[in-house]
Amino acid sequence: METGKQVIHPGWLRAMHWLNALAVVVLMMSGWRIYNATAFLGFTIPKDITLGGWLGGALQWHFAAMWVLGINGLLYLAFNLATGRLLRKFFPLSPQALLADLQAALKGRLAHADPRHYNTVQRLAYLFVMVDSVLLVISGLVLWKSVQFPLLRELMGGYEGARLVHFFAMAALAAFVAVHLVMVALVPRTLLYMVRGR
Amino acid sequence: MMIKPPPRLAIDGDAVLKEAVSRISHASRISEPARRDFLRRSLTLGGLSMLTGCTLVDEASIDTALMRISRMNDDVQGWLFDPKRLAPTYPDSMITRPFPFNAYYSESEVRQIEEGSYRLEVTGLVADKRKWALPELRAMPQIDQVTRHICVEGWSAIGKWGGVPFASFLRRVGADLSAKYVGFKCADDYFTSIDMPTALHPQTVLALTYDGQPLPPRYGFPMKLRMPTKLGYKNPKHIQAIFVTNTYPGGYWEDQGYNWFGGS
Repeated sequence: METGKQVIHPGWLRAMHWLNALAVVVLMMSGWRIYNATAFLGFTIPKDITLGGWLGGALQWHFAAMWVLGINGLLYLAFNLATGRLLRKFFPLSPQALLADLQAALKGRLAHADPRHYNTVQRLAYLFVMVDSVLLVISGLVLWKSVQFPLLRELMGGYEGARLVHFFAMAALAAFVAVHLVMVALVPRTLLYMVRGR
Repeated sequence: MMIKPPPRLAIDGDAVLKEAVSRISHASRISEPARRDFLRRSLTLGGLSMLTGCTLVDEASIDTALMRISRMNDDVQGWLFDPKRLAPTYPDSMITRPFPFNAYYSESEVRQIEEGSYRLEVTGLVADKRKWALPELRAMPQIDQVTRHICVEGWSAIGKWGGVPFASFLRRVGADLSAKYVGFKCADDYFTSIDMPTALHPQTVLALTYDGQPLPPRYGFPMKLRMPTKLGYKNPKHIQAIFVTNTYPGGYWEDQGYNWFGGS
């Protein structure tokens, strides 16, 4: 394989990816237990896939893992910007390229011969998950410290607005994770690239 | 503690990772079920411990670590707390009716406190330790405010509480305002404690009324400490004793794992 010798994901990126995955799983599973305390959308999430055992335990997991997600996320954005990786990997984005890639994807012929290069659908998906994570952090900050961040609170449509934003941003992240895992299952060598870099 | 026990797996993370990598290297030759199996396992906590190379075996130490992080979060929140920043207030028309009852017991078990014999005790780092009768508290200048009560369980409701600004009460009894904590003991056997900056916050009220009427038993007669900057469980009802201290007093829920600072 011609890409065998070349580094596809640098070490810092792989470390941050797996740290982020760990934080997201802990935050999501504990968040589901926190949601269940009132279940304000009228359904409960099966206890077996939640973390923490009871509300207090789930909150402790949630407020511990938030530091991992927050700090790791800030470092990720800083590294991505400083190294120019963000611009290089995720831009340019053009509607024409997106349409072409979507058509190719539907025909099962989307190009991923070169794993160093993201197609437009990938670019959009990864940029989406960055924005969605920022939204999760901001709405989470409002739920945690609504009095201290009045501007963010108004941006989220008030305290109860932040709760809805936080939940649906979580649901969007869960949907991303599901698609992401299906893609990895379809192209398993991408998992290898994310583990050992090439 | 009621933490859900993590899977009791003693995994040699490195060996498992090495094996997983070698298996994935031949992923094109791995059968579909094996591949799915790997992905499924990597979604469990055991899978996480495999990916990170650490093992989740000791429930008690996880519990201790989480409690320690929670106490660290108390410090962060104390540092973030701006004593001048106010919680939003609302018009009377936005009051939630009926305002929900909430306690660690059911509404049928609400304690009935007798007004005539009631005395509030004030102890600890205060100059004036005499007991207070309700008429004396009612004689002090009062304020009222319509604010949002935020419950840790994931709901909120708007209510109207009135009473004595807690800062003026603390000054009146000559409390040591440089002390770290103010603690509360309640007639319903509840207890909690707060940080001094929150105790002195302009919206922290020793509430004697709800919606213009004397505080009804279900909302904490004869008094509750109302803080719109803190979650519901930090707002004690049926207060019997207030004490000022530098020794961490904990609280009913806080000792079980709810965050001590517990608010915004």
